[in-house]
Amino acid sequence: MAQLSRIGYVLKKHKALYLLMLPGILYYLIFKYAPMYGIIIAFQDYSIGRGIWGSKFVGLKHFIEFFYVTPDAWKLIRNTIMLNVYDLLFHFPAPIILAVLFHELKSKWFKRFVQNISYMPHFLSTVVIAGILVTFLSPTTGVINHLLVKLFGIEPIMFLGMPEWFRTVYVGSEIWQKVGWGTILYLAAIAGIDPMLYEAAKMDGANRWQQIRHITFVGMVPVMIILFVLTLGNFMEASFEKILLIYNTMNYETSDVINTFVYRRGILDADFSFATAVGLFQSAIGFILVVAVNRIVRKYSETSLW
Amino acid sequence: MKQKVSLGSRLFDFFNITFMIVLIIVMAYPMVYVFSASISNNALVASGAVLLWPKKITLIAYEQLIYNPDLWVSYWNTIRYTALHTVLTLIATSAMAYPLAKRWLPGRRVILLMAAFTLLFSGGMIPTFLIVQRLGLLDTIWAIVLPSLISTWYLFIMRTFFEGLPEELEDAAAIDGCGSMQILVRIVLPLSLPVMVTIGLFTAVNQWNSFFSALIYLNDREMYPLQIMLRNILIAGTNVQGEGDLTHLETLKYAMIIIATLPILCVYPFIQKYFVQGTMIGGIKG
Repeated sequence: MAQLSRIGYVLKKHKALYLLMLPGILYYLIFKYAPMYGIIIAFQDYSIGRGIWGSKFVGLKHFIEFFYVTPDAWKLIRNTIMLNVYDLLFHFPAPIILAVLFHELKSKWFKRFVQNISYMPHFLSTVVIAGILVTFLSPTTGVINHLLVKLFGIEPIMFLGMPEWFRTVYVGSEIWQKVGWGTILYLAAIAGIDPMLYEAAKMDGANRWQQIRHITFVGMVPVMIILFVLTLGNFMEASFEKILLIYNTMNYETSDVINTFVYRRGILDADFSFATAVGLFQSAIGFILVVAVNRIVRKYSETSLW
Repeated sequence: MKQKVSLGSRLFDFFNITFMIVLIIVMAYPMVYVFSASISNNALVASGAVLLWPKKITLIAYEQLIYNPDLWVSYWNTIRYTALHTVLTLIATSAMAYPLAKRWLPGRRVILLMAAFTLLFSGGMIPTFLIVQRLGLLDTIWAIVLPSLISTWYLFIMRTFFEGLPEELEDAAAIDGCGSMQILVRIVLPLSLPVMVTIGLFTAVNQWNSFFSALIYLNDREMYPLQIMLRNILIAGTNVQGEGDLTHLETLKYAMIIIATLPILCVYPFIQKYFVQGTMIGGIKG
């Protein structure tokens, strides 16, 4: 009782502040937490008519169906993991290297010019990027194939019709779009390095490579750690919207991921419970990954996400 | 102090600059090509005669698009979705961030944790879709605006910014009899213009470019934003000219990309520095 009246007192005293937060809190409850509660339907045979309280509880039926009955389950899991592993391998280090190279440029205006050009693709929409990919890579009318024929005399390649090309196209376009923008945080970290360190290193006779390795690189490590954990947090997500736009039945073998499958089964086929179960499998793995990685990182370094 | 420049160092500079020039070409070429192709002759684009510079310059593709009513409907939709989303996001985010910046406010930690947890885990695509459906928002502007109203990152960026403002100003206003609401509107927000502009721009560009929520929440053609129309033309292969008429098929696609991206490319030089700033404010907090 005393507790309640205390809460009442606090609420009344700061009424205006709590009222200001109300729309935001409602937003989180309705659009973030209600869907989390809605995950229950992964364990039901949900039907819109019966709703979440009236639908029959079926336990792990949908998970069992996914892992044992769906012929593509392992392909989906493999594709999701492989696309993200390739992305991590090639896309994660790219802005780090580029930031160092930017930093090593002597001419200020040239540096700014290259930077601005490299930021541009970041502002293109996913649809535009996908559209550029589809039109540029077309075997009959695409400019990439025209160039390949003219410059190297190679026969036109049907890039988006061949499963073996999909990962390259996906990761390549990710890097193209995001590498420039990705340097910003690293450049900020480099800007925060005490210039005295470079002076001292020069005095000690350190060459440029040694300066990059022992000063610039070391200065970027905290940002790398944070971004690494964050990247792993989205590990299972991939750039699903882009995949949805550029994949097709010819390259499903390497392009179809869990999210695109959830979209087809859930939104297009309205198989809500099954799709929610598959989605839950994915977000659970993502959650475990980020918590585990953060724990490891916290153990071995001073920087961590929380 | 004069440094002796070693051969290795000079070689490094040479390769670095060469690499940067290659980078500029790789980054800029697709954009230049899209523009050139959009004002060239269709047959020359399709056959590969256009590789960099436009050939047989014509604006026919743009003319075709301008007389297409669907384009203007979707353009208008994108503008109103973007405007409403940006305004509501700024209001809701600042209203929530301001109390959260008060370290002494009871319950602040719980609410921060509630927001932070959504960064790690979410209900996923289907449960969110079902909520939007249940609320009867499908095929309305609210389905586009509300489900992504507050971004937790922006909320944290704004809270960090508010925390950095001098407390004395607010105290003085409080003594003069201003309520929390008045303090927020009259003192805090005017001081927060940089962060408001940054987050407003982020939200606007994101909304302008987004297509997925429109894809799943909107079925009515009249509600389609630009990006959906773009997708239908570029990827699904819908022919804007009507059945069978393929005379400008290729150049139309490129013209459509330019028309959809032009507003962003036009404001880009002016807003670029805000984006860089915004990314850094967000980055400091991680």
